[in-house]
Amino acid sequence: MDKVKSPEESRKLLDKITFDLTRSIVKRDEFTNFWYFLLIIFALVGLWGWGIQIRDGLGVTGMRDYVSWGMYIANFVFFVAVSLIGFLISSALHLLKIKWSKVISRVAEQVAIAAVALAGIIIVTDMGRPDRFLNVFLHGRFASPIIWDVTVVTTYLTISVLLYYLPLIPDLALLRDKGTDDIPQWKRNIYRILALGWKGHAEQYKLIAHAMRILMILIIPVGLSIHTVTSWLFAATLRSGWDTTIFGPYFVAGAFVAGVAAVIIVMFLYRTRYGLKDYFEDYHFNMMGKLFVLVCLVYLYFNINEFLVPGYKMKTAESIHLSNLFTGKYSTMFWATQFFGLLLPITLMVNKYFRKPVPITIISVFVLIASWFKRYIIVIPTLEHPFLPVQNVPENFQHYAPTSIEIMITVFSFMAALLIITVLAKMFPVITIWEYAEEKGISREIISEPKK
Amino acid sequence: MEKKSRRSFVKALGVSIGAAGVVGGSSILNSCTQVASTNSDTITLLTSSGELMKVDKSQLKPADLPSLSENQKRGREGLPGRKFVMVIDLSKCRNARQCMKACQNHHQLRPEQHHINVLQMQDAENTAPYYMPKPCQHCDNPPCTKVCPVNATFKREDGIVLIDNERCIGCRFCIAACPYSARVFNWFEPRDAEKYEGVTYNIEANVPQKKGTISKCLFSADRLRDGKLPSCVSACPNGVYWFGDQNEDAVTNGTTHETTSFSKLIKDNAAYTLMEELGTKPRVYYLPPKDRAFPFQGEIDQHHS
Repeated sequence: MDKVKSPEESRKLLDKITFDLTRSIVKRDEFTNFWYFLLIIFALVGLWGWGIQIRDGLGVTGMRDYVSWGMYIANFVFFVAVSLIGFLISSALHLLKIKWSKVISRVAEQVAIAAVALAGIIIVTDMGRPDRFLNVFLHGRFASPIIWDVTVVTTYLTISVLLYYLPLIPDLALLRDKGTDDIPQWKRNIYRILALGWKGHAEQYKLIAHAMRILMILIIPVGLSIHTVTSWLFAATLRSGWDTTIFGPYFVAGAFVAGVAAVIIVMFLYRTRYGLKDYFEDYHFNMMGKLFVLVCLVYLYFNINEFLVPGYKMKTAESIHLSNLFTGKYSTMFWATQFFGLLLPITLMVNKYFRKPVPITIISVFVLIASWFKRYIIVIPTLEHPFLPVQNVPENFQHYAPTSIEIMITVFSFMAALLIITVLAKMFPVITIWEYAEEKGISREIISEPKK
Repeated sequence: MEKKSRRSFVKALGVSIGAAGVVGGSSILNSCTQVASTNSDTITLLTSSGELMKVDKSQLKPADLPSLSENQKRGREGLPGRKFVMVIDLSKCRNARQCMKACQNHHQLRPEQHHINVLQMQDAENTAPYYMPKPCQHCDNPPCTKVCPVNATFKREDGIVLIDNERCIGCRFCIAACPYSARVFNWFEPRDAEKYEGVTYNIEANVPQKKGTISKCLFSADRLRDGKLPSCVSACPNGVYWFGDQNEDAVTNGTTHETTSFSKLIKDNAAYTLMEELGTKPRVYYLPPKDRAFPFQGEIDQHHS
């Protein structure tokens, strides 16, 4: 914390911080409209595709009786993976008293909320009978990993929303009291309601701090569970390629890689679009880069375990699966994901230059795309090679290729996730104002004093 | 078990008509040629082999039909005191595929949907290839029922693994879990959906099939309730299938109708179960394909006898 400033200095600084951090809320130009238009059009096209799928059946996808899970499930795993970053940055790093990550917490929670909400929607698009969704609650059997997944995903979403909302309350009150007139009136009305009559008493701050601490601790087992349980959807089966004991940690490690990449991209976009150079500093990208290398190394370790050990033994069914990945049909995709998703970020980002905002963002884009394809080759190749031969079925039962409907619905999911992030950024500050102001030595009395 | 008197045949007919409605498809009829040529007041019915037939109305009795919920309740419980078991003699299979045909007609399946699938197998590079009919293995430790999130697939007391397609949400976790690829999904509207419209769901035949739900071999549980052998077993012309009750230690051959001791049959012939190392404990036993009655021929299509 910087040294205490005079009230006058403090007020001026707070005004500047508030001005900078509400730029995302105020700013509305042609690009904003175009961006909304783009997101909504693509999202609608995806919903239209979903309509066709509901009318005609899941047969409009490339899935059939052997490859019965396809791009939807791969995409689901991807979104669950990305959402895990919320728990890493805004909880784990906080509890370890790491300071630099504070500024990034809200971005991480935005990404987490968008990703986990979409994961929930995607899984419904994969259902043969989405109209019977309530059966999951009416007839749920706790022996099924799907029920575990539903439980932890909804819990995680709830805790993530609270972790996003609680530190937002003082900000909402601040904007209610000090918000400039260029913030649209309807947004200020929403702030007034959501601020829940926050007054900034010491007792109130204490309650928030207390609640946050409980949530941060609670989200650790829940966060680990969501991706571990998601991995068990595969590991609980007997199939080669899925039947492995390290799937839980392997998925969690991979999730951090995807999530760090996603957060870096969003940070960079906010920094350039909303002029937040002084907030998301080079320093933060540098630190994120170091974290990135760390999680990539952990993931590399699990990859070596996952592929080297069965590759050494080459049991019958495993060897079919592995040669398919190493040298067969999926070899290009497999080696590309290993290269762009792991080796490239590790080798480049140990170098300081590549941890600067622009290079690290470009690397993150590659890593994020590679992470998506990595899930694709976790899900599909295994199903293409069951234990017994695939016979007496049409050609398209033997191989999987996504159809345009599947691609439409998958694009919808990306657009809907971006839409959630955009709406959150346009509605609420992307950095916690009061926490940031406190870091800069502004006292709580000044933060919560009403506008003159 | 097989030689049906005319009276019991008519009784079965009555049940099926009630189930199917006047023009709907029925699933229980077989050997319908016996009555196909009666006169005057006739009614058209669909047989289990997918053919239309005319039946004299006077032969029909009002059916004593359970309601849907009752049907599902008794379907979930199973037949008390039974433990069904199947033995497949691989030395007899010549890929006639009558089992597949009968099964698809009984269970309203499209040509690419197999409750039972005759596979061409070769265990190692230099070993002799053979044909292997593969129904659901009705495991005693079924990986599929474990993973079902809504209890739509379950193990009955009589050993049969069944599906309730009124409950199924179509998540296909059971397909992923089954190492035998025994399960199929209704990716589109099922075959002849219009014909089966309005027919009360029979959980023991999984008919009518429904779009977006799972199906699989049920050992023809509806026929077992009527004291008949499963469709595939009855349809086989080559004596491949033995079916019966482990509690009685008796299995009957679907072709020869010979009944023998189950334990002796599997002991004398060194029976095995598929992928026993997975711990699924199948209720389907295989007799090894030694001294095969028919040579294996590479082209399957020439073998529709």
